[in-house]
Amino acid sequence: MRGATRLTWAVGCATAVTLAAAGCGGGGGGGAAAGSSAGVVRAFWTDPQNPLEPSNTNEVQGGKVLEMTFRGLKRYNPDTGKAENAVAESVKTDDQQNFDIRLKKGWKFSDGSPVTAKSFVDAWNYGALVTNKQVNSYFFEYIDGYDDVHPEDENAKPKAQKMSGLKVTGKHSFKVKLNQKFSLWPDTLGYAAFSPLPEKFFTDHAAWLKKPIGNGPYKIDSYTQGQSMRLSVNEKYAGPDKPKNKGVELKVYTDQNTGYTDLQAGNLDVFDELPAGQLKNAERDLDGRYINQPAGLLQTLSFPLYKKEWQTEKAKQVRRGLSMAINRDEVARKIYHGTRKPASELTSPVIKKSGGYKPGMCGKTCTYDPKKAKKLIEEAGGLPGGKISITSNVDTGSHRQWMDAVCNSINNVLDKSDACSVNPVPTFGEFRKDIADKKLKSLFRTGWQMDYPLIQNFLQPLYYTGASSNDTGYSDKRVDSLIDQANESGEQEAVKKFQEAEQIVLEDLPAIPLWYQDGNAGYSDRVSDVRLNPFSVPVFTDIRVK
Amino acid sequence: MGRYVVRRLLQMVPVFAGTTFLIFVMVYAVGDPVNAMFGERAPDPATAAQLRAEFNLDKPVWQQYLLYMADIFTGDFGNAFNGQPVTQLMSTAFPVTLRLALIAIVIEIIFGIALGVVTGLRRGRPVDSSVLMMTLIVISVPTFVTGTLVQYVLGVKWGWIAPAVSPAAPVGELLLPGVVLALLSLAYVTRLTRASISENSRADYVRTALAKGLPRSRVTVRHLLRNSLIPVVTFLGTDVGNLMAGALVTERIFNIQGVGFQLWQGIVRQNSPTVVGFVTILVIVFLLANLIVDLLYAVLDPRIRYA
Amino acid sequence: MVERAPESPSAADEPPAGSPTAAAAGGGGGTGAAAGLAAPGEQAPGPAAPPGTEPGPSGQARSLWSDAWHDLRRNPVFVVSALLILFLVLISVWPGLIATRNPLSCQLNKSLDPASPGHWFGYDTQGCDVYTRVVYGARTSVTVGVCATLGVAVAGSVLGGLAGFFGGWWDALLSRVTDVFFGIPIMLGGLVFLSMTGSRSVWTVIAFIVLLGWPQIARIARGSVISAKQNDYVQAARALGAGNARMLVRHILPNAVAPVIVTATIALGTYIALEATLSYLGVGLQPPTVSWGADISDASQGMQFRNAPHILLYPAAALSLTVLAFIMLGDAVRDALDPKLR
Repeated sequence: MRGATRLTWAVGCATAVTLAAAGCGGGGGGGAAAGSSAGVVRAFWTDPQNPLEPSNTNEVQGGKVLEMTFRGLKRYNPDTGKAENAVAESVKTDDQQNFDIRLKKGWKFSDGSPVTAKSFVDAWNYGALVTNKQVNSYFFEYIDGYDDVHPEDENAKPKAQKMSGLKVTGKHSFKVKLNQKFSLWPDTLGYAAFSPLPEKFFTDHAAWLKKPIGNGPYKIDSYTQGQSMRLSVNEKYAGPDKPKNKGVELKVYTDQNTGYTDLQAGNLDVFDELPAGQLKNAERDLDGRYINQPAGLLQTLSFPLYKKEWQTEKAKQVRRGLSMAINRDEVARKIYHGTRKPASELTSPVIKKSGGYKPGMCGKTCTYDPKKAKKLIEEAGGLPGGKISITSNVDTGSHRQWMDAVCNSINNVLDKSDACSVNPVPTFGEFRKDIADKKLKSLFRTGWQMDYPLIQNFLQPLYYTGASSNDTGYSDKRVDSLIDQANESGEQEAVKKFQEAEQIVLEDLPAIPLWYQDGNAGYSDRVSDVRLNPFSVPVFTDIRVK
Repeated sequence: MGRYVVRRLLQMVPVFAGTTFLIFVMVYAVGDPVNAMFGERAPDPATAAQLRAEFNLDKPVWQQYLLYMADIFTGDFGNAFNGQPVTQLMSTAFPVTLRLALIAIVIEIIFGIALGVVTGLRRGRPVDSSVLMMTLIVISVPTFVTGTLVQYVLGVKWGWIAPAVSPAAPVGELLLPGVVLALLSLAYVTRLTRASISENSRADYVRTALAKGLPRSRVTVRHLLRNSLIPVVTFLGTDVGNLMAGALVTERIFNIQGVGFQLWQGIVRQNSPTVVGFVTILVIVFLLANLIVDLLYAVLDPRIRYA
Repeated sequence: MVERAPESPSAADEPPAGSPTAAAAGGGGGTGAAAGLAAPGEQAPGPAAPPGTEPGPSGQARSLWSDAWHDLRRNPVFVVSALLILFLVLISVWPGLIATRNPLSCQLNKSLDPASPGHWFGYDTQGCDVYTRVVYGARTSVTVGVCATLGVAVAGSVLGGLAGFFGGWWDALLSRVTDVFFGIPIMLGGLVFLSMTGSRSVWTVIAFIVLLGWPQIARIARGSVISAKQNDYVQAARALGAGNARMLVRHILPNAVAPVIVTATIALGTYIALEATLSYLGVGLQPPTVSWGADISDASQGMQFRNAPHILLYPAAALSLTVLAFIMLGDAVRDALDPKLR
């Protein structure tokens, strides 16, 4: 059987050679025993949805590549989630608004050009400029002058090409002025959108897109859309986490189950995102080569607070009752086999207690209590309109199963078989449109994958009045002012203020916390030292190939 | 005959225009693709407006259609949202799917017709009933289940094959997916052949041929089968398209980036250039397949003539 | 069994003494099929009582349809399939007859539990009783399967039959329309048509299946009519001055109907499965509706059936049984309509 597999490989390589100039050689001296893939990690992948520009990538698959090919000023420690200096030598501020940034010397892009202050400033200006159509441009919204390059109104033309808040002060230093005080801002800099870009990105954009050049531990050798991307070690990498393998091959799969089967057959080494139905078997199938780690992903169930019937005091009581009617623990165990943990507040365990995670903050409201739940809802006059529905898209993730389970849980508590029903929406695009247009009249799914491991990121974009992802239409002056105060104060103080705001949100309950979604992965017996970072992306540099 | 073919080819023009317009309007009706590009986050209106302008999504649908058609005639099928030209997608997807569909058709023809002849000649016998039972299993168990089971058993348990087809998709690796894909249609072909054969086996010309002293096998193949094939050929003609466009489930299971998969991706992401481009080619395939089927009628039954 | 004169074909009011219910259902099924298939050419003739003129040269006072009915009643295959279908109809109308629980009451802590006394089929992922769901699923699945198949068969045979019979520009027009419909991917069609209709009932799903399903039957019917048209007896009838309608119904239809029946009976099963695919995509029936298709699709999700085969087995078996009943019925009706088999 090994023979057949090897043959397959040979054919695959032959095509790769003809399709892309780069050969099948993998990392340097490979080739002998196990064919071309000696020392190379073969990992599961699907094609990213947007071009691979750092400020245009907002989903996990593109994120995998950026994590390997780019390093920004800071990097989130794969274990602790703390933002640590990468390219940055120091980020200093006295007033939480003006920041002095100094870079380490000796960093180079994989094409040999040096990483300078200009690489960062140009990249950020590019990402913010509205005419460049970058989906992550909002990351730069706190930088002074953002409104000029990215006007809010959809028909307005940008008044400037560059943000006034960015000033290069030397080859390896620049200044940033924010448009408001934001003490935790340096900690957001580990996000991929803040990566530096080489000169080539601006001079020959098309060629760069075909084969992106970065300053990370790996460089891209070849990329055939719909098939695979091959990365090898970037010899010019200046960071401490040099790869412990000879390279990575990201193999594109059409379906998760196929990837999982290929892993079992030994044709794949690292596979993240196990399908829910397989979780029960994973330990046995993979002989223990299976990991399950907390990730910064919280699933919540939101209420349309923009609707009158959900704004009243009584509705608040119904919301609490509904939260108590959901048996989170049972759903997590029976449907997800422990890969999701019941949530008891609105952040995530990955930000750690020091970062603001405070388990149990939601208290009784998030604890299953069928009797109390029924009583609360009945005393408040029952569900608005007599019944509720849960809306979500069903084309991605395995949302259907938990929605059914949550509805059954609510129905059982209320002793009615049709009090809650599931309302599937075919595509994610349509679902987002319904939310944006405030068309949904009952509960809907909201999931939050953190951008950076800060409590701010779990609260401000979601519950600040008019914030970018405030889908429920929640608005509370106390919460707004607490968040403002938090952003103006130093780190320790800030976390406390955010927690105070969180407490108020949990009392109003615009969204019910459901569970923390873990990242999980399986791996082959060919590799070892596989783990995931807080964004549930495998830490490729650490993986060793036997 | 020649004039008939020319006329049929000319009829393709309105069908082509009609279908592309219909599909274009349908993709347009599904919703706004730009929303989906922003993930779990409300799109920033200014960036969204810029993106809409890039893909012409800000114009009325008829204008989008005309702009698109103008491009098509210069050979430009537009770009998918990740920047990949649709023609590039097509040039990798169609050859793979074509191979897969051909394998499935060949399996259908060989096994379907053979089983159909056998069961048609032995109606009500055990062999007939057992084939019927197998047909029922194939109909009631979804392709998803048969596909994953076969893949798991052969690919993981016994290790006979690589479970995922490599990007080059050589014929050898496509055999198993081909079998899975062919199963449902095989049921149709078998039952159709069976019905025709059992109906025609009592026809006068069969009796005459046998009375003349021709061997039974020759009568079955030359006389009986040839006269029984019209419904089967018709079905196979309609099936070519189904196999190419509707192989989504099989393609996903076996990791084949074919037409069905790309079409599905295009629909889910509301990427009209991909969808319209692929369907355009598919409609041409349907039209040609049907033309060939109609011409085959005349071959199978000499009494049928085309002016 | 009381011997009956073969001349009394009116099905419903004169059931055979032995099994009144079976005959009524059989009559219903047979009528449906016959009406569906007889449609080309003229307004569908009455169930089993066509104009009483003598067709053949023999002068025997028996029409094709009364002959067929006469044959059917004595065909064990027909009786068995009719009984099965009757049973399905009964549990579709009154599922409470054989299932006492509520299909929507589920206990998650019993998720995927195997069979136990009183719960013969075990529990599904959500902890619902599989037996109860299989019984309650019959209504949706049988309705969708049967109605969609009838609709597709009627629309397909009328359009395809006319195209094949008349040829020329009629054929060109109808065939090209068929091509356009073939070009619409079923997923895209589903997303567009079904997501635009706000509340989706069984009937919207059926209408959708008919809308995109008729071209296949139309092609088959057209091919078969083109081929039947060439037969000597058709040419003879034309020479004798028979009108179009008469030729279609009397001579071509019985000889062209076999492939349509065969395709339609198999398609019935695929339509039940299609309903599930549509639900899976989020454009089918809304979740509280119980159906076999939806349960099969749930069982297939992420290979859930690997952990508990029973959640796939029972709804799939129910689906096979239904398809089997209709395939048998179709075979029997076809045989009865074929004069060569007499």
